[in-house]
Amino acid sequence: MMLGLMRDALLLQAGYNSALVSIGAALLGAAAGGAGAFLTLRRRALMSDAMAHATLPGIGLAFLVSVALGGDGRFLPGLMMGAALTALGGLWAVQWLSRHLPEDAATGAVLSSFYGFGIVLLTVIQGIAVGRPAGLETVLLGSTAGMLRADAVVIGGGGALILAALWLLRRPLAMVAFDPVHARLSGLNPQRLDTLLLVLVLGVVLVGLNVTGLILIVALIVTPAVTARLWVQTVQGMAVLAACIGAACGYVGAAISTALPDVPTGPVIVLLATSVFALSLIRRPRYG
Amino acid sequence: MAEFIALSLPPMVIACLAALACALPGNFLLLSRRAMLGDAISHVVLPGIVVAFLLSGSTSGWVMGAGALVAAGVSALVIEGVTLRARMDPGAAMAVVFTAMFAAGVVLLEVTGTSGLHLDVEHALYGNLESLIWLSATGPQSLIDPAALATLPVEVPRLALIAASLGLVLWVAWRPLVITIFDPVFARTQGIPTTVVTAGLTAATALAAVAAFQAVGSILTIAMLICPPATARLLTRQLQRQVAASCGFAVSAAVIGYGLAGYAPLWLGLPFTVSASGMIATVAGLQLALAATFTSQAVASRL
Repeated sequence: MMLGLMRDALLLQAGYNSALVSIGAALLGAAAGGAGAFLTLRRRALMSDAMAHATLPGIGLAFLVSVALGGDGRFLPGLMMGAALTALGGLWAVQWLSRHLPEDAATGAVLSSFYGFGIVLLTVIQGIAVGRPAGLETVLLGSTAGMLRADAVVIGGGGALILAALWLLRRPLAMVAFDPVHARLSGLNPQRLDTLLLVLVLGVVLVGLNVTGLILIVALIVTPAVTARLWVQTVQGMAVLAACIGAACGYVGAAISTALPDVPTGPVIVLLATSVFALSLIRRPRYG
Repeated sequence: MAEFIALSLPPMVIACLAALACALPGNFLLLSRRAMLGDAISHVVLPGIVVAFLLSGSTSGWVMGAGALVAAGVSALVIEGVTLRARMDPGAAMAVVFTAMFAAGVVLLEVTGTSGLHLDVEHALYGNLESLIWLSATGPQSLIDPAALATLPVEVPRLALIAASLGLVLWVAWRPLVITIFDPVFARTQGIPTTVVTAGLTAATALAAVAAFQAVGSILTIAMLICPPATARLLTRQLQRQVAASCGFAVSAAVIGYGLAGYAPLWLGLPFTVSASGMIATVAGLQLALAATFTSQAVASRL
């Protein structure tokens, strides 16, 4: 029964909604893998983790604002806007602290204190008992089971937009990832391209909140990228392969989640991606 | 007063001890640019605890702690192995390993329905400091009453022991540790086993993270491993002063954060309290932001 449901989901036969969710998750996975390829080459993999954790206070604040305006708090575009605002704040804080501290310490400090503040806000929401906070914690680990059509469209559309931007920027991003000094000499602005890349990663994080949750989105960005690096030498080739691995993991993960609604989607997708990485490492092709 | 000693004092003391235990090794992680190791370790504690429970069926703190320590050790080794074998950035290797182990922990927890285990994912993330109360305390006299002291939450003596041992080890191993961190090549010429020292630092971090995790959850653990040492580093370059200041900032974040979590909503007229570990992490971050605002550019540029 469960296996049958999983097979149906994989073949897009498990209903219109779950087919949309699977395709949306695949597009998100592709965007995450592609952006992650450039991000890991710039050695800023953990920056995505800081951004992801920094979305939590924004979600809490947006919920409170929406309730104050008379809503039930579950207004998705509002929640995502709040998440984007504090994630940008976190990104700015990491850059600011990095002037004084090693970047990894700045990342960890921002990650934990923003997240801590987010938890404080969630307990405030529980305490004043307004709106419909039940299920707000699905942003921690993601859940695609029972996802609405509109959510799936947001995820797929967001993923497709980020993919398109990556495609347009593929050459300059690859040049900066390969050799920032040479890129600067050829007339590019590596700093501006790094910022653009971080904005695209922010997009992945926001869309990914719904699918893998904020704790594990970093895996969808980093793991396919480092896996691809084991097989491919060129930057663009690595980005394409990472996007394919990410798409496959997102697709299969969403299908498994349709069959096993109790298991949060994020961990399933992450374990799939890690299996691909482990197999690649054992098979040990040439070095990147 | 009696109410304060029974309900607020034990969690506050536990938060302080956990913060101290984390801040001590955190100073050296910061200097050796391995600050995110604490992030990785505090995430793999969850699968360690779940597997320890599934294998032993016991919910004793020591069994779980052992499971978590093993998981932390395994993750450190796997991160090291992956970094070398795939020749990749340690940050990326950490991200791959800790997300995989955390995901495995969550799936195990859900699939096996470990309901005997009083643990869910949210608990693991932000702990439940407020529940660590001392019911038999009747007033200040309980603080010197052996019978009442024996019923203190077990986290108090446990964390006190671990914080004290970490302090002692640090005092004994100070010289080799400092030389290894600032100049590993010179350390080797002096016959210092740098690999052992580095592994020892990882082990100390794991011990602090596991002990703190059981009391206060993984978010506060990460915050305390990184924020107080980073705050202290911004204010002084002298290592002994930095370690001392980091302990001060750890304790002040714990006390101020706990106080705000318990009392600030009441001052605002709201009839509830907010998450103490979340508030302590927030205060630790604010301390760091203040220090970064006021630190002189001249000091900062030397790091």
